[in-house]
Amino acid sequence: MTQASLSTRDLTIRFGGHTAVNAVTCDFRPGELTVIVGPNGAGKTTYFNMISGQLTPSEGTVTKDGIDLTRMPASTRARHGVGRAFQLTNLFPRLSVIENIRLAVQAQSGDGRRFFSPVSKLTELTSRAERYLAAAKLENKADLPAAALPHGDQRKLEVALLMAMEPDIYMFDEPTAGMSLDHTPDVLDLIAEIKHDHTKTVLLVEHKMDVVRALADRIIVLHNGELIADGDPTEVMSSQVVRDVYLGNAGEMA
Amino acid sequence: MNGKITVKIIALSIWGLLLFSPFLFQDVRQIEVAARIAVFIVLVASYDLLIGYTGIVSFAHTMFFGFGAYGVAIAMKQGDSTWGYWMVGVLAGVLVSAIVAVLIGLLSLRVKAIFFAMITLAAASVALVLASQLSSFTGGEDGITYSVQSIFKPATKLLTDDEGKVLRIMDVRMNGKIAAYYFVFISCAVLFWAMLRIVASPLGTVLQAIRENEARAEGIGYRVVAYRTAVFVIAATAAALAGAVYATWLKYTGPDTTLSFAIMIDILLMVVIGGMGTMWGAVIGATLMVMAQYYLRDLMEVAANATEALPLLPDLLSPDRWLLWLGIIFILLVYFFPAGIAGTIIQRRAVK
Repeated sequence: MTQASLSTRDLTIRFGGHTAVNAVTCDFRPGELTVIVGPNGAGKTTYFNMISGQLTPSEGTVTKDGIDLTRMPASTRARHGVGRAFQLTNLFPRLSVIENIRLAVQAQSGDGRRFFSPVSKLTELTSRAERYLAAAKLENKADLPAAALPHGDQRKLEVALLMAMEPDIYMFDEPTAGMSLDHTPDVLDLIAEIKHDHTKTVLLVEHKMDVVRALADRIIVLHNGELIADGDPTEVMSSQVVRDVYLGNAGEMA
Repeated sequence: MNGKITVKIIALSIWGLLLFSPFLFQDVRQIEVAARIAVFIVLVASYDLLIGYTGIVSFAHTMFFGFGAYGVAIAMKQGDSTWGYWMVGVLAGVLVSAIVAVLIGLLSLRVKAIFFAMITLAAASVALVLASQLSSFTGGEDGITYSVQSIFKPATKLLTDDEGKVLRIMDVRMNGKIAAYYFVFISCAVLFWAMLRIVASPLGTVLQAIRENEARAEGIGYRVVAYRTAVFVIAATAAALAGAVYATWLKYTGPDTTLSFAIMIDILLMVVIGGMGTMWGAVIGATLMVMAQYYLRDLMEVAANATEALPLLPDLLSPDRWLLWLGIIFILLVYFFPAGIAGTIIQRRAVK
């Protein structure tokens, strides 16, 4: 089995007296797409936030390829190859679609510090941004402000932004939330494409079972902040413990 | 026509008028106005980098303007009026500005915008108090009067005719005053051009990204505090250079010409009137505001005289009430151009 690229050890966070995520230890490997499931409030997004750096854990560590990320700010983790897309659309609303993507490209390439070369002359930067624009099928909307896009396109742009960062670790938090059915396949295709490049580690929080079935190599289940199941998708979904957790939501899981 | 192009044409026409203003308006006061406009364009554009592009609200911009001006003033007063001392003064002003900007930036740009604004306000007040208290050094409330490089003295003959008198081109004397004006013009044009380059660069987009969505900018790999500090230092440096140029032009530096909060408010108004986050709007805002400050009273005097026979109107139009009218003009401008003049033109044309 390939070596883990991302690991969390006893990852814990408390807000006052409430333990939102409790001692989660888990390894994620390149070429593997792990879906994280769990009822609302299980701590999935909080767990994500500690990995990508929006929250600092109370205890435990996050390591990537042996580098301890636990205390690093989000920007440094991003430069170490941890890329994260957000549950709620989280773009640069008044900047154009192509500018949004270019920001991610230049963050990765280090061009963001160039302050005296006009963007128009940096053709390498623009062509790289255009490649991701095309991957997300947004070519004909390149110059629109991100805020002017319909919701489905904004979700696609969100994924394009993540791809443009060229991370090793891709983290998706309900990438198809609120999307109409005819747009959903576009985003799933993009994720499948990332998965087929076997060097990337993909983490996905998702509720829709058809999405989980189509993409998951492995499922982990969080409940009340604890990791209660981990393994092969069909095995996990049929296990008794998972059925108990989801008892109230049996319909959604079926 | 594209709105951006319209704005650029307006702004470039203003720069064109400034270029030829010694020939177009042959009057001491007009030259004074033209030089002030040029300096304020730089000051307002550098402030737009902060408030319009990055979303940083600072009240310390006049402090940096003052550092630059006092640097030149003190060097010229303590030393002598040579280019050597001038350079020392400029470098000192820029260096002090950059250091203070780094300190304020690193210490306080991680806090919320409102606290940052308060910290800059405090720093600017300290600078103002220091300038009036350290009177042996700064001249206190009276400021400092000094002489500048000999090439800028009105008596200097820049070009001479066959008889050794000052050459006149189109009836304008080629003396030190002309040299000083073009020194101001070229310095300001270069600084403005440099800032245009900055906003068109990858860094310029990062600044806007920070304004739009700070958390996401951090999330895709930009250290927001570092970028904010960097732009704060760039803006402070530009303001200090503008101050140094203005001090060279005025041959006088005092709290009222550089450090006062009245100027800070002028800068804010110019940015808002011109259009935040447009850069070219700075040219329009600075021009309108400086023109209003200098000519509104004259205009009102004419209007008051013209309406002398009518009841009430002459009283309303009396030059003493110019501030009232200035206020009314601002309210109307903000009402009809909610995104500033440049900003609104760009938006409206984009919609059509």
